[in-house]
Amino acid sequence: MAEPFLSIQHVRKSYGANTVVQDFSLDVEPGEFVSFLGPSGCGKTTVLRMVAGFEEPSAGKIVVGGKDITRLKPNQRNVGMVFQAYALFPNLTVAQNIAFGLKVAGMPKPDTDRRVAEMLDMIKLPQMADRYPYQLSGGQQQRIALARAIAPKPKLLLLDEPLSALDAKVRVSLREEIRSIQKKLGITTIFVTHDQEEALSISDRIAVMYGGKAEQVGTPFEIYNRPATKFVANFVGTLNVLEGKVTDASTGKVQVNAQEVSLKGKLNGSKSGDTLSLALRPEAISLARQPGHDTSLSGEIAEVHFLGSVIRVRVGIGGNTVSLDTFNNSTTPPPVVGDKADISFSSGDMLVLH
Amino acid sequence: MKSGKFWAWVTFILGAAYFFIPLIATLEFSMRMKRGEYSFEAYRVVLGDARFQESFTFSVVAAIFTIILGVLLVVPTAYWIRLRLPQLRPVVEFVTLLPLVIPAIVIVFGYIRMYGSSSPLPFLASGFGTNALLVIGYATLALPYMYRAVDTGLRTIDVRTLTEAAQILGAGWTTIIGRVILPNVLIAVLSGAFLTFAIVIGEFTVASLLNRPAFGPYLQNMGANRAYEPAALAIIAFAITWGCMSLIQVLSRFAPKSASRPN
Repeated sequence: MAEPFLSIQHVRKSYGANTVVQDFSLDVEPGEFVSFLGPSGCGKTTVLRMVAGFEEPSAGKIVVGGKDITRLKPNQRNVGMVFQAYALFPNLTVAQNIAFGLKVAGMPKPDTDRRVAEMLDMIKLPQMADRYPYQLSGGQQQRIALARAIAPKPKLLLLDEPLSALDAKVRVSLREEIRSIQKKLGITTIFVTHDQEEALSISDRIAVMYGGKAEQVGTPFEIYNRPATKFVANFVGTLNVLEGKVTDASTGKVQVNAQEVSLKGKLNGSKSGDTLSLALRPEAISLARQPGHDTSLSGEIAEVHFLGSVIRVRVGIGGNTVSLDTFNNSTTPPPVVGDKADISFSSGDMLVLH
Repeated sequence: MKSGKFWAWVTFILGAAYFFIPLIATLEFSMRMKRGEYSFEAYRVVLGDARFQESFTFSVVAAIFTIILGVLLVVPTAYWIRLRLPQLRPVVEFVTLLPLVIPAIVIVFGYIRMYGSSSPLPFLASGFGTNALLVIGYATLALPYMYRAVDTGLRTIDVRTLTEAAQILGAGWTTIIGRVILPNVLIAVLSGAFLTFAIVIGEFTVASLLNRPAFGPYLQNMGANRAYEPAALAIIAFAITWGCMSLIQVLSRFAPKSASRPN
């Protein structure tokens, strides 16, 4: 691993007796795009605000480019930030907003004008230079806010839920635009979001946070396919959880509703007689036995939801209900509630939650 | 419904009559200086009077300094209270209301006792010092209006996020207040400024007891010794106040629009 560009070391933040961030550590490589993902109140924004300098850590250290910035004021950190509420200056035009940081830094006017034009081209809004923020849509305002944050060439870009206030369509196009600009400039970026799809789609790595701690840090693929904790498994994506009991720890046999499943090598020290939570993603399950699927369970169709291109089916297996999606096929009628059904999956796709 | 509208109109007409009849009577009286005809003679006399010009100029200059002092005092205070000390807002609001409760004469006697020529801060020992004390006194009297106007302006913007956005772009406190906060509450500040101007132009108690040649004592002096000129002065004072109020209305149309709106 290369030398980390941003290093958050054992950071803690308390307000009186209330600790909102506890012992958070993360190294971010140069040019990396890392998302902090978690529910409201998990501490993700607090960590971001500590990196920005708006909050002072109660303990720990923040290092950027080898320099300890923990006690530096926000205006001394050379960090760019985009806020959820855009935070464009209402009294300034688009061009003046983008030029703000450059003027503060004392850049000569011709250079400032050139950089502003460059930024407007980058966000594909060159014709908006003389407009005021109130004359722009939310998506346009957030693109201006991004240009304003990037214009002074910050060492680090912080994005605090920048897409939350936008409608779904704009959100998708803007997140792709943010990612493409970030890749083009190679700027190290921290992105805070509570939207898992956003985090999974644009991040190099994701730090899933809960209760002020990083539950797991990994690539979107790792986070989704190999969740380290029950919380991560539940929070990221849809998950079917089945309760099982270890019948033979040496061979990895687990009983799920009187049916046996083999989980050899996945039991992580569980002993015979232990109860386990087993998880399966809906896309890992098929309604009929498929080639490559080594495990099957019998149940009954409990619910069928027609969603257009896919049909979501819920199958009752003893006391558990398992959700799975099948593609809609105009020549095959959808399953019928009450019918007997076998589901199959590969035991390798089954996750043991701790 | 019809009856409700009728009584609304009756109330409006009564209120308007209560306000306008004395004003029209004063205007009519001020124009009767020449026997047997209506004229602006009283206005000509008043506006040509050197003491009018001197006292009016003095009060305008005092008003300008009061506005500057008020802005320097109130804008950073109201901003800081909103940004960092919101829990202190009720206390500050109470303090800024005190000049409405405590009569001006009490304030000015307090000043005379505190800042007399034998005190450690002898403001009253020189003309310049007395003028400075007059401006400070005026700023105190205008505080309830200035603070409320600025605070209302600050309420319309997201003070914290705009401050943080400016900070992260490298701005210090002076730049933040001067280039971000003040321009966005400028209309509110101007409203406060015009209210201050209107108060200062007609103020009598503080100026009289500090023995300053201001417009208020001049008005009182004219009222005690002349017949038609005080009526003309009253109309002029009204016109100035109304002019200020109209300017507030006109300027409020140019207020920066909020950046936050649904997509």
